[in-house]
Amino acid sequence: MLDDFFTRAIVAGIGVALVAGPLGCFIVWRRLAYFGDTLSHAALLGVALAFLFEVNITLAVFGVSACVSLALLLLQKRATLSADALLGLLAHSALALGLVVLAFMTWVRMDLMGFLFGDILAVSRLDIAVIWLGGAVVLGVLAAVWRPLFAATVNRELAEAEGMNPERANIIFMLLMAAVIAISMKIVGVLLITAMLIIPAAAARRFATGPEQMALLAAGLGAASVAGGLFGSLEWDTPAGPSIVVAASGLFVLSVLPAFSRGPAKRNEQEHHATEIQKEAGP
Amino acid sequence: MLKRPDALATMDNAGICRAGRWLVRGVTLSIDAGEIVTLIGPNGSGKSTTAKMTLGILKPDEGAIRRRPDLKISYVPQKLQVDWTLPLTVRRFMRLTGHASVSEADDAMAATGVSHLAAAEVRTLSGGEFQRVMLARAIARKPDLLVLDEPVQGVDFTGEIALYDLIKQIRDDLNCGILLISHDLHVVMAATDRVICLNGHVCCSGTPTVVASSPEYKALFGARAAPTLAVYEHRHDHSHLPDGRVRHGDGSITDHCHPQDGHHRQDSTPGETRSRQDGERSPDA
Repeated sequence: MLDDFFTRAIVAGIGVALVAGPLGCFIVWRRLAYFGDTLSHAALLGVALAFLFEVNITLAVFGVSACVSLALLLLQKRATLSADALLGLLAHSALALGLVVLAFMTWVRMDLMGFLFGDILAVSRLDIAVIWLGGAVVLGVLAAVWRPLFAATVNRELAEAEGMNPERANIIFMLLMAAVIAISMKIVGVLLITAMLIIPAAAARRFATGPEQMALLAAGLGAASVAGGLFGSLEWDTPAGPSIVVAASGLFVLSVLPAFSRGPAKRNEQEHHATEIQKEAGP
Repeated sequence: MLKRPDALATMDNAGICRAGRWLVRGVTLSIDAGEIVTLIGPNGSGKSTTAKMTLGILKPDEGAIRRRPDLKISYVPQKLQVDWTLPLTVRRFMRLTGHASVSEADDAMAATGVSHLAAAEVRTLSGGEFQRVMLARAIARKPDLLVLDEPVQGVDFTGEIALYDLIKQIRDDLNCGILLISHDLHVVMAATDRVICLNGHVCCSGTPTVVASSPEYKALFGARAAPTLAVYEHRHDHSHLPDGRVRHGDGSITDHCHPQDGHHRQDSTPGETRSRQDGERSPDA
């Protein structure tokens, strides 16, 4: 079954989507979109170091992303810069360092585009094994820290007061993020990983009534985007990674269309708003 | 301070210093099971900071805090904003930090009168509804120590009395210790066993004086409300000057106030209402 490159691509892509969906929910809830970008920028440094020391690329990317996450935690405690400035500093320092290290290694001929946009049609059986095994570990750990992590997302002090140890949950979450970046880099590329995390989660928000439900929906919508994007790319001969992201964006647009929006409360709000505008416009 | 080995939490001369400034200092208090302790004081007097030390969110920079091992704490924070990206119903919120069973959650929601909101999204609730939901969540955990940071904030007066009655009921049912921060400097609940008045340090502490006999009080809040309300009796023997120094009753001026000092004379506080003055007079009346 896995002989066909297209089947391998779908299996690998869906594996990534199933992990990225639930983790992406936390990215959306905690407003960490830029954090995802920072880790994926840092991934390029991981690639460069992997070539330099001739180690496994996935492990190197995980290592560098994990270091960047922990550096962020430390800097947030010590430094007087705001979180977004720190993220920008880390993201671009790591990216620039990665490019400089690559330039030094004149003997390495690397397909930079492959890393930026992914190469899902070239995944091997080993890649699939790494994605599904790594993904299973990530989801298992996420399930184990779900309650404290979610409680800390709602209110950190409340979680801490009631013995949820939010600090530990946060560190574990950052390591999981690093792992997801490492295993999904090959599928959608470093430029589009954040899209796989955020867009399915954002699309799931409209239909979800609970956090767990939103995580499952995000995983499902992500998987649908992978299938849709890959078939689209086959049909119209478009690049696979970006096609997946376009499919996900399409699902998001569908989810915000009024016909799909759920619950009368929202409509009432809009009507209320409209009446107020009319009142204001009136004499 | 007496050493009480069976106390839920004890603080001994604890203080928090941030950027060279003491937010609160020299706090010595203890909370026993079945006891309601109310913290009062003006804005910035260190009430929330003291509560966060009790909860273990802040570690004291001086002094010590001791919590009974395996102490189960419930916390109702002053503010809790749920982001709109978070789909969170009241029923799910009840299980935020623990494994409350459906029946435990239902009992707690019934006790605070929010059963009908179980399926509602948390961010659509009004301020008063959300306060009662947070209280329900806190008691569903069956805590040993319940810390409430301004639980009647944003609740109208009738609701305030009902909420105070509810808090007393919770104490009676669970026999838990309750640390209550009151936003109102003057009015504290009658069921309070001890009031601690903070202003960067413990000004004074003791049992509240019931003012049910005060006619002004009855006129202000209604006869039925009077037994629910109490005013702590203050003795002003020093005042804080704008430059941070302290003028004492005998006219002397020092850099800090002392733990044995009584309450401040807050002549310039705009929030000063008749009720407190009434309360102060009532014992002599």
